[in-house]
Amino acid sequence: MAKRIDVKDLDIYYGDFKAVEGVTMTVEPRSVTAFIGPSGCGKSTVLRTLNRMHEVIPGGRVDGSVMLDDQDLYASSMDPVAVRRTVGMVFQRPNPFPTMSIRDNVAAGLKLNGLKNKKKLDEVVETSLKGANLWNEVKDRLDKPGAGLSGGQQQRLCIARAIAVNPQVLLMDEPCSALDPISTLAIEDLINELKSDYTIVIVTHNMQQAARVSDQTAFFNLKATGEPGRLVEVGDTQRIFSNPTEKATEDYISGRFG
Amino acid sequence: MSTAQLDTTTPTTPPGTGSSPTRGLGERSGGRAAKDLLAKVVMWLAFAIAVVPLVWILGSTLVKGGHMLLEAQWWTNSQAGITSRREGGGAVHAIQGTLIQAVVTAVMSVPVGVLTAVYLVEYGRGRLARVVSFMVDILTGIPSIVAALFVYALWVTTFGFQRVAFAVTLALTLLMIPTVVRSTEEMLKLVPNELREASYALGVPKWKTIMKVVVPTAFSGIVTGILLGLARVMGETAPLIILGPYTKVIATDLFGGLMATLPTMINQDRTEALQPALDRVWGASLTLILLVFLLNLLGRFVGRFSKVKS
Repeated sequence: MAKRIDVKDLDIYYGDFKAVEGVTMTVEPRSVTAFIGPSGCGKSTVLRTLNRMHEVIPGGRVDGSVMLDDQDLYASSMDPVAVRRTVGMVFQRPNPFPTMSIRDNVAAGLKLNGLKNKKKLDEVVETSLKGANLWNEVKDRLDKPGAGLSGGQQQRLCIARAIAVNPQVLLMDEPCSALDPISTLAIEDLINELKSDYTIVIVTHNMQQAARVSDQTAFFNLKATGEPGRLVEVGDTQRIFSNPTEKATEDYISGRFG
Repeated sequence: MSTAQLDTTTPTTPPGTGSSPTRGLGERSGGRAAKDLLAKVVMWLAFAIAVVPLVWILGSTLVKGGHMLLEAQWWTNSQAGITSRREGGGAVHAIQGTLIQAVVTAVMSVPVGVLTAVYLVEYGRGRLARVVSFMVDILTGIPSIVAALFVYALWVTTFGFQRVAFAVTLALTLLMIPTVVRSTEEMLKLVPNELREASYALGVPKWKTIMKVVVPTAFSGIVTGILLGLARVMGETAPLIILGPYTKVIATDLFGGLMATLPTMINQDRTEALQPALDRVWGASLTLILLVFLLNLLGRFVGRFSKVKS
């Protein structure tokens, strides 16, 4: 089910501004890869190119290639909408649809794409909510609005919504930065479980979190202010945190940055 | 105040040498209290000035026209066969005409207005969007009599048709479209971008995202805006005088003959000195205010009955 991502010589632009330069890396299937680095270095930008969400922003475009197994995501014949069904995404701030109930939020991806079979939908809602460790908390109030849940629950609802469309890859853009430590722990446990089915890429500002949840870590940095961001180093999380090759990585993870 | 406090305690600036006078924490600043009072008085005065004419209009309309609305025939009869000097008759023909024209105007302007707003907010980029937005701004500023003359020139002078109720609704549509565009635009802009992104990230195409996520989220606001715009247009008089002259009988045909409306009914008898005619003028005025008020009320009610749950 899960797929490998191969990024090669990726340059990312906002209009004429080159935001990220020369990213080459591989994300193994059924693993968790963490993107770390200072604010503004392009981690989220790189993440958003993995499901073609980057081009939603006016002027957003890329050079280079992103391969999902043997498919080129940026081939001219590739439909961005189809890419996003295969590569799901969870955002920094929980964003359940305010007009929909908990059930409809989880089913949104399938329903809006035309699935009408109620039995099948109910099945997917249940398995997705169970997959997101939310089922026991909400099973008696599926018809209540999704926006009525707590922040942590809302974020797990968004994860349930993302896995309901059965993606191959799950992208998470600082999924815990708006949450308290308990909810963060719940999400991290969930990431550990989801890893057996999905390829996961997570952007985080929390280095302990990167160390806790990821198998592979990529450190991004700016060469200098105004220069494009770049991938400094990528490797086994344990190695990156104990024995980084680059001086900049060591400085950043040991807090001596800047 | 805090800087004054600091000045007295910072050893590098001995007390008394600072430029600002030193004061204790608990003391009230006389100058600031006076300014506060002045601002309060000015604010309340402005409020009173704004409210007085409103209350005055409502009061005198109620006093002079209220009794007309209490008669049953006001709501059941037309003015057919009743001269200015005679009492009696009702306003059904005018109420009906106003409502018919409002509904037809809404049917024509809402789709155009809402879709234009969707274009401007969701799709509009570059020059075309700027031109459309600029045009809407210009259209917002068009005086109603100019819109009426435009439709007259088109409908009567160019095409050679008769002056009918449909021509009135064309002019009213011209006036209503920009208000619908602007209010809908504001509501769509209020929908957080995160919701659009969440929908795209599920592999939902853009048009479906707009129909199933963006518009439902803004729905109550859009409806409220439309109802308020309609209430505004219902009181327009210039297009009615130019394109839809008054008649005393009930008429429902949009394309043939004359159709009475409340504004033209008011206009008809306003120069009369006879009491029965004046009563009718005030009665029709109050009825129009009531209709607009009800529409506003409906707008607020729909606003409360929102699809956004929390």
